[in-house]
Amino acid sequence: MLAARGLRKRFGPVLALDSVDLEIRPGEVLGLMGENGAGKSTLIKCLTGLHRPDAGTIERDGRPITLRSPRDAEALGVSTVHQEVHLIPHATVAENICLGREPRRNWLLGGSIRWRRVRERANAALARLGLALDVRREVSTLPLAIRQLVAIARALDIEARTLILDEPTSSLDRDEVERLFSTLRRLRGEGLGIVVVTHFLDQVYAIADRIAVLRDGRLVGAALAASLPRAELVAMMVGRAIAPAAARASSEAERPRAAALSARGLRRRGALDGVDLDVAAGEAVGLAGLLGSGRSETLRALFGADPIDEGAIEVSGRRHSIRSPGAAMRLGLAFLSEDRRGDGILPSLSVRDNLITALQAQRGILRRVGRREAAALADRLIASLRIKAPSASTPIARLSGGNQQKVLLARWLATDPRVLLLDEPTRGIDIGAKADVLALVASLREKGLAVVFVSSELEELAAACGRVVVLRDRRSVAQLRGADVDPSAMLAAVAAAPEGGARD
Amino acid sequence: MTDAASDPRGMARVLRAPATWALVALAALLVAGAVGSPGFLSVEMRDGRLYGTPIDILNHGSKVAIVAIGMTLVIATRGVDLSVGAVVAIASAIVATLVSQKGVAWPIAMAGALGAALLAGLWNGSLVTFLRLQPIVATLVLMVAGRGIAQLITDGQIVTVRDPAVAFLGNASLLLLPATVSALAVISALAWLGTRRTAFGLFLEAVGENERAARLSGIPVRPVLLVAYAACGLCAGVAGLIDCAYIRAADANNAGQLLELDAILAVVLGGTALTGGRFSLLGSVIGAMLMQTLTKVLYVFDVSADIAPAPKAAIVLAVCLLQSPTFRAACSRHLESARARLRPGTEARP
Ligand SMILES: Nc1ncnc2c1ncn2[C@@H]1O[C@H](COP(=O)(O)OP(=O)(O)OP(=O)(O)O)[C@@H](O)[C@H]1O
Ligand SMILES: [Mg+2]
Repeated sequence: MLAARGLRKRFGPVLALDSVDLEIRPGEVLGLMGENGAGKSTLIKCLTGLHRPDAGTIERDGRPITLRSPRDAEALGVSTVHQEVHLIPHATVAENICLGREPRRNWLLGGSIRWRRVRERANAALARLGLALDVRREVSTLPLAIRQLVAIARALDIEARTLILDEPTSSLDRDEVERLFSTLRRLRGEGLGIVVVTHFLDQVYAIADRIAVLRDGRLVGAALAASLPRAELVAMMVGRAIAPAAARASSEAERPRAAALSARGLRRRGALDGVDLDVAAGEAVGLAGLLGSGRSETLRALFGADPIDEGAIEVSGRRHSIRSPGAAMRLGLAFLSEDRRGDGILPSLSVRDNLITALQAQRGILRRVGRREAAALADRLIASLRIKAPSASTPIARLSGGNQQKVLLARWLATDPRVLLLDEPTRGIDIGAKADVLALVASLREKGLAVVFVSSELEELAAACGRVVVLRDRRSVAQLRGADVDPSAMLAAVAAAPEGGARD
Repeated sequence: MTDAASDPRGMARVLRAPATWALVALAALLVAGAVGSPGFLSVEMRDGRLYGTPIDILNHGSKVAIVAIGMTLVIATRGVDLSVGAVVAIASAIVATLVSQKGVAWPIAMAGALGAALLAGLWNGSLVTFLRLQPIVATLVLMVAGRGIAQLITDGQIVTVRDPAVAFLGNASLLLLPATVSALAVISALAWLGTRRTAFGLFLEAVGENERAARLSGIPVRPVLLVAYAACGLCAGVAGLIDCAYIRAADANNAGQLLELDAILAVVLGGTALTGGRFSLLGSVIGAMLMQTLTKVLYVFDVSADIAPAPKAAIVLAVCLLQSPTFRAACSRHLESARARLRPGTEARP
């Protein structure tokens, strides 16, 4: 059993953990919940030797232990997947899974690495998650969701007694989540103690035996999942009762409107194979599809982030060839990538600088966003998106994951776009903020923005979008509108007999 | 930073500011110098010009400081320019040969030298941006080849310069100060205006922090990189003119020898990380002056040139350690627990 007793951790003015007591019991899945910035990741980092607590102790089987580094924790059988996936981008999947514990030959033979064993072990670890993947591929060529699964596979590769997963499902689809959970249930049966952090209520009730809630660095309570009603859990997290998530997008009278953005026959080798898409001003269109169906690739192609081989893109009725993100921005497009760490944050720059980069790029190098203007803009965006940060001059890397996500969304709102391309905009943000983002999308839509919305959460798509385009095998295959835009209809359309069954 | 004083955590911010520790070390060295030699800090006015050890330090530190300013821009993009020493040699070779052997007027000769330096920078920048070579490798090419080019220009000779206009930068004074110091002031001002009054500074930092994110935010990554390397080349060109003026000759073999390492060291001492991102121009200038002061102080204390590198290395290590947040956190942890031991019975923190 791994336990925290009276853990305290302070970052400058922020008290991230305040006398937290927590037990991770063998044979049990503990769901760790809390709003963005509540201290979940900090608690995990203290338990795994990444942070040193200022006060309090960590106990293993009743004996206090000192963790000086993540290695110490691993040696004690604690295996962790952190919130931001840390893999080595230019190494292969197999190398990443076995990194630091490669099977070696006898030292008499030079202690060289047994590469065949490495690959076998990697395959076995992936198979546990039901993932068939060429383990010789470079990690940087994989989509984010697969990278997340590889990181989990790496954690499963060691003989752990405690497994800690910080938002493991944030970019996974239903199927992957289900497979992950059945693996976790099996491991629980083998007597592992497991911690799962998630912002999804459904998921926590599906997997957790016990739920612990953090708020502002304090443990507000822990209870058996079966005896904790949802409403009470939510109230514990936010400290007040909140209304259930945003109302559904009013599928108002369908008057014909001019398309703000339309794409025909988008093709790009290995990524897209014929995608058609229209979105009108004042409309939100969802893109639904399985992992690898081409959702992110479509947005990237529209924004000029990746060149297309074929296809036509029209913005406001005029045809354009969009060759770079800069060109797309001049046409009023904005694109929020799903990969926060790789494509989004400028880690050691301030929240303020992170907020103004896109606006500044749009204005050009000579018309600098002045100090005072930047400060006012930052204050306004921080307040309106309720970003939790000690100040606007704090480096963004010091914010919690969900708050970083809000900053990136705000970065694009600052450019006053006409078309908003959102790839998993609510990834890693808490339930209250999720409702806020959905409400924000709705109000932007009402103001006449065109929104293209990608989410692996079908409920969210249904709530935000009046129309949904279904992608399968990198091709647009169907459209749902009106009453058909509901989770179960989408699920049916998305999963309909996959021709060829190519999965990536 | 007007609120630094009123902010209760202003002190913490000062400790974190990039140039702080170089400045502290500089002050400590100046005090040490003054203790070792009473006249160390005195400055006097003669014939309309200031004299004294501090002025000497500024004068001799200027060349490295100017190169370090250009280097700072490149390092901010997570690059490095190893060719600056060779570019110094090229620029000084061009100006000397044009003026002394080809009889070209000095303004044209200087413009020619600076033009060549600019081209050298653009060459480096193109290798990095268009061929995507690693900066170390890309600039290594010119570092090695550049000296050969300079030799070709001077025909392997040391070309002496008699033209007073070219030698002006070396010994004349301008506005009370040696001309090199004035040149440093002008270049610092231009660099500051160019990076902080426009968005160029933010773009440099964004590219150095996360190039993919910078591109997706619409920042013109390639032009930014090109301009950074070009500006670095240009700074090296100016340093070449100073070098030539100072020794009144172009020595293709020795001009700017090891200057790239001095410049990189100045940048690092000034608090700009080699991993790119946030940079401090002022810090780099202070870093350059810190090293020059150290040389002078060691001289005051009669440290022989053979063992001088050892105390130098010690100071560099100390400043770099103090800049590291990990090291400072470890220090304050030890202080904290020592304090707790001194007061038994009371809690470590209220
Ligand atoms: N390295 C750091 N330096 C300074 N402050 C930090 C650091 N890491 C976390 N914090 C602060 O500590 C608080 C708790 O952050 P933490 O990352 O633990 O939140 P979280 O519960 O994981 O949130 P999320 O759901 O958004 O991931 C936040 O206010 C954050 O700004
Ligand atoms: Mg977190």
